[in-house]
Amino acid sequence: MVNLNVKIGDLVLQNPVMTASGTYGYGPEFDDFVDNNKLGGIFVKGTTLEHREGNNYPRMAETPSGMLNAVGLQNKGVDYFCKEIYPVIRHYNTHIFVNVSGSKVDDYVKTAERVGDLEDIPGIELNISCPNVKEGGMAFGTSCSAASEVIKAVRKVYKKTLIVKLSPNVTDITQFAQIAENEGAEAISLINTLLGIAIDAKKQKPVLSTITGGLSGPAIKPVALRMVWQCAKTVKIPIIGMGGIMNATDAIEFMLAGATAVQVGTANFIDPAVTMKIIDGLNSYCIEHNIKDINDIVGLIIKKS
Amino acid sequence: MKQIQDFNVLKNRRLNADHYILELQSKHPIEDVCPGQFVQIEIPDSKTTFLRRPLSVHFYDKSKNMLSLYVRIVGEGTKYLGMVNENDTLNLVYPLGNKFTLVNKKKVLLVGGGSGIAPLLLLASELQKSGNEVVILLGARTADGLLEINTFEKYGKVVTTTNDGSAGVKGLVIDHPVMKDQNKFDFVYTCGPDVMMKAVGEWAKNLNIQCEVSLENTMACGIGACLCCIQKTVRGNLCVCTDGPVFNFNDVVW
Ligand SMILES: Cc1cc2nc3c(=O)[nH]c(=O)nc-3n(C[C@H](O)[C@H](O)[C@H](O)COP(=O)(O)OP(=O)(O)OC[C@H]3O[C@@H](n4cnc5c(N)ncnc54)[C@H](O)[C@@H]3O)c2cc1C
Ligand SMILES: Cc1cc2nc3c(=O)[nH]c(=O)nc-3n(C[C@H](O)[C@H](O)[C@H](O)COP(=O)(O)O)c2cc1C
Ligand code: FES
Repeated sequence: MVNLNVKIGDLVLQNPVMTASGTYGYGPEFDDFVDNNKLGGIFVKGTTLEHREGNNYPRMAETPSGMLNAVGLQNKGVDYFCKEIYPVIRHYNTHIFVNVSGSKVDDYVKTAERVGDLEDIPGIELNISCPNVKEGGMAFGTSCSAASEVIKAVRKVYKKTLIVKLSPNVTDITQFAQIAENEGAEAISLINTLLGIAIDAKKQKPVLSTITGGLSGPAIKPVALRMVWQCAKTVKIPIIGMGGIMNATDAIEFMLAGATAVQVGTANFIDPAVTMKIIDGLNSYCIEHNIKDINDIVGLIIKKS
Repeated sequence: MKQIQDFNVLKNRRLNADHYILELQSKHPIEDVCPGQFVQIEIPDSKTTFLRRPLSVHFYDKSKNMLSLYVRIVGEGTKYLGMVNENDTLNLVYPLGNKFTLVNKKKVLLVGGGSGIAPLLLLASELQKSGNEVVILLGARTADGLLEINTFEKYGKVVTTTNDGSAGVKGLVIDHPVMKDQNKFDFVYTCGPDVMMKAVGEWAKNLNIQCEVSLENTMACGIGACLCCIQKTVRGNLCVCTDGPVFNFNDVVW
């Protein structure tokens, strides 16, 4: 028997495979394709204090080995989540994390407080890295002082597992990893999408209504791997790695680079059952390589060098 | 229930330079499909596309595990898909989306243009089964673009328009005499270019006829998870892939 359990703070995940915020709805969208109870965790859609309509259509552009999105945090607000969504998903036998977003520090704090009252939500992911909103979002994840202010304020009111999601749109991501650790986060997750543009040469116009959008998918995997590796050398708290994971081999690469767990995002659009295949693939990899505990491969390339 | 299922290509039938019909069959029982629903298809052997492509179910035969797709080539994905051979395998996520409202024993008009005729065949056949008087109005730029007329004729009366007058009535669908007949229809269904759907919808609205449109917004997931396909409606932003693709004309903010 291979041990696939990993730990994020005090939480034990039954395996390291989780789903990335904004790419998996709330979970029930995938009930026809997967057994959500088998996941290591589900990160639900970005949730804000108030209802948000998001950006105008078009919000999506396909790009080489990936896609740009400019959804802009469309959601019905935290109260709607608590009343309408939480009762439906709380019984999944997996950890459900709420991705908390906002435009002001106070919004983050209030949203985190509301989610903190929900018994079956063991943690939040503080999204200080959304590139698709005009105010807030990435602004918090690209300035050291703003990042530490918002993490500190949320930490004060939120006692359960706090994960900070980092933006790759910075010169030195390790500074932000360090801030998250210093401010008392249990873990960091990375990377959010990379800022990009798609242009329609025929129409001589940008494809997205917002001009810029966030790049995801295999196109960003090498950048994500590099950033996970850099952060793993910098902080002691666990890292949740993501960015272009399409199969078990990709997930293994992230773990070798220093991720304790992973999130699968865009791949869910192409194969809605991909997460189950990745879990099985991790197990087979361990058997093939005679690994008894998956934790043994975490950061292996750092240990070896 | 939604499925991820492999289908074999029975036939890849070229209709003209940029349209083809794929007839697909599965070795296993297939799901029920309603008129208006679509599939997300994986594009095989494509070096440039990444996401699946949404395509309406053109026709289906549950007893034979068969369904067909009517495709217009507009870019890389639809081009590569058109190069599949008999016995190739295609992977589908289906059935997706809502469905057209099926009425009984009424006079109904179906208006299609371009690849928008794709979902109308299954719709026409179901409407005919439930005792409706079905009129199908198909529009194209030239006679060469009026495709599958014979197939549509099995399920109703077919009338046509072309911009250049090379077949049917000269002009746009909205210029066809069938649309000048006041209060003749109880229900109108339309799919095609936005300008066409808008013109047909406005016409129906003025005559107080119920009108449903099928939208073709670009999609990533097709299952309501990514919120990329949204359409502005009187009820706020809705997902074309789950709340649609079929909408009441009056609900859509154009
Ligand atoms: C629910 C639904 C059902 C559909 N049913 C059918 C069908 O039955 N038959 C059919 O031929 N097509 C259908 N479409 C449209 C089809 O999905 C697109 O034409 C296809 O995805 C284009 O892929 P591509 O790789 O060939 O083109 P791309 O390379 O992706 O795009 C090429 C060009 O076409 C434009 N384009 C891309 N997608 C669309 C779109 N959805 N509508 C209009 N222009 C677009 C792009 O802006 C670009 O300029 C449907 C779309 C939806 C959402
Ligand atoms: C359509 C879409 C919506 C997203 N929405 C959010 C979000 O609300 N909050 C967030 O933190 N990240 C969001 N992301 C980023 C993903 O969670 C993930 O960080 C990124 O896509 C990289 O992983 P991937 O390449 O596996 O998709 C979104 C990504 C996509 C593609
Ligand atoms: S395409 Fe993802 S929500 Fe509609």
